Amino acid sequence: MSSSPRLMQGNEACVEGAIAAGMRFYAGYPITPSTEIAEIASEKLPKVGGKFVQMEDEIGSMGAVIGASLAGLKAMTATSGPGFSLKQENIGFACLAEVPCVIVNVQRGGPSTGQPTLPAQGDVMQARWGTHGDHPIIVLSPSYVGEVFDLTVRAFNLSEKYRVPCILLMDEVVGHLREKVQLPDPATLEIINRKKPDLSKISHYNPYEDYDGDGIPPMANFGEGIPFHVTGLIHDTTGFPSTKPEVTEALIGRLMRKIYNNIDDIIDFEKYFTDDAETVIVSFGSPARSAIRAVKILRNEGVKVGLLRLKTIWPFPRKAFRELPSTVRNIIVAEMNYGQLIEPVEAACAGKFNIFGLNKFNCELISPDEVIAKVREVNKNA
Amino acid sequence: MRKSLERYFRTDKLPHIWCPGCGNGIITGALVRAIDNLKLDQDKICVVSGIGCSSRATGYLNFNTLHTTHGRALAFATGIKMARPDLKVIVLTGDGDCAAIGGNHFIHACRRNIDITTIIFNNSIYGMTSGQYSPLTPVGAYATTAPYGNIDRNFDLCKLAEAAGATYVARGTVYHVPQLIKLIEKALLHKGFSVVETISTCPTYFGRKNKLGSAVKMMEMLRDNAVSVKAAEKMSKEELSGKIVIGEFTNVEAPEYTEEYMKIIKRAQGEE
Repeated sequence: MSSSPRLMQGNEACVEGAIAAGMRFYAGYPITPSTEIAEIASEKLPKVGGKFVQMEDEIGSMGAVIGASLAGLKAMTATSGPGFSLKQENIGFACLAEVPCVIVNVQRGGPSTGQPTLPAQGDVMQARWGTHGDHPIIVLSPSYVGEVFDLTVRAFNLSEKYRVPCILLMDEVVGHLREKVQLPDPATLEIINRKKPDLSKISHYNPYEDYDGDGIPPMANFGEGIPFHVTGLIHDTTGFPSTKPEVTEALIGRLMRKIYNNIDDIIDFEKYFTDDAETVIVSFGSPARSAIRAVKILRNEGVKVGLLRLKTIWPFPRKAFRELPSTVRNIIVAEMNYGQLIEPVEAACAGKFNIFGLNKFNCELISPDEVIAKVREVNKNA
Repeated sequence: MRKSLERYFRTDKLPHIWCPGCGNGIITGALVRAIDNLKLDQDKICVVSGIGCSSRATGYLNFNTLHTTHGRALAFATGIKMARPDLKVIVLTGDGDCAAIGGNHFIHACRRNIDITTIIFNNSIYGMTSGQYSPLTPVGAYATTAPYGNIDRNFDLCKLAEAAGATYVARGTVYHVPQLIKLIEKALLHKGFSVVETISTCPTYFGRKNKLGSAVKMMEMLRDNAVSVKAAEKMSKEELSGKIVIGEFTNVEAPEYTEEYMKIIKRAQGEE
């Protein structure tokens, strides 16, 4: 049964979603504006038999999360700005060693210490390419408190399904906003758990063998009676290091394929009034809320404007742009940064539309009026 | 090697990558002998390492093994131990891995008194990257990044561990093997955070840079310079200069972290 509606903060909804998805381990380090996630996790996890630890630093938190996941617990950490930078090396370890985990980044203004208490969306590119080397990653971005719950559940599901770190890219507005939320009945939620090796069919378990041909090796947990080796070095299917070019290529290729072959399952976006639109706003996170308001106001005036709200940021949902109707001439990418998401948008559109950026980098939310003004400006000039 | 010890090794991964005369194999051998003597359940052991020569040991050991990022073995191990307190978690780390890049995790693991056994392979140098000075390189010693002699003062890791709250702290050497095995056994049996610093030999880099002679000569230096904890108590600071104090420094009881956390769970669930 779903609970009665509650006034809830985005950061709280994140913990509720995580626990509903099966999170039983949290490691973190205090940082604004994500700290409430740690505080609430420390209170709620032991109630369900889960574990919480406040580590000595951000990269240590990421390490503890990976260790707990390898030992069988669904694990999460949350951070912001500088803390996200500090975690990156171990996020790369989780990518290469294929350890499911969820990393929440409640974005604040940067670079460096930046604007700790104010919103921004300057980590779009870091979320994709923050750790070194070619690697796959999934990044989801919610716009509403209720959606924080849904996308946190989804982040765990995708992470477990594809054995890949999943980043929940929030911003300070969504993290701290309080909204009325009706949490779903836990029994109705689809919960995905990592695929385990079927030892009745496998005589000798190779931890990185693609037994099922889907690019996702079944995952044993430490301490289940099948000893195996995990390393951050390039490894063969047995899990042991190899410097061979063909082993390197096979591993990196599979890591990428397991995500890109399943892109339709992973990407998620919403279209508002795009069917006959001449101008489409592309946005995510809290600015998308202002964009929706702007679209409603402009539509009342007869302006043919729509919105594409991206819930999956990475892998980039190129399909959303292929599906736009032939009426579309202009795209406006509204984001709280100097212009980051606009780059993959331009690549996805390949010169098909006029593309404009609505960028705000003073750590204030983009307002509906600003979106309206931009649409008018574009329609006048284009 | 005794035939009965082979089951603790992934023999298909041998020979190891360590140089001739390196002490790392001796420490790894002492660890499996300690595990064998204690008859610990092989499936319930998880060995975690960082980056460097020492940390390659996990690849050769036939347990649940995890070769992590540089300096972070204790952070990963903390997650494993909290998730599965029933596992015996052992961390293998080097002097650079543990005391430089991993120094923060080390002192905090000591402070929490989490039930992990940490064995530090101290060869006084970064071997994997071919001979840079570490926080354990003595003042005045030479390294590829200390061509005029090292001016960084070196840690006493045992004192550091003790001050940070570790409840079992000992030091051994790769020359004094029977003692080393005993110290590791006691560390493995200890409930709480246990540290065994092991002085190892790196003839390839530390030895060569400091003109210490052959691997055998370096072993003889360990023999000649080692002083027991008991004997050291009666020696002056001057007499102890250049000596290696070996044996058990700390062996005390204190609340263990994962047990304390189980009490938190009971409290949160209203059972206490």
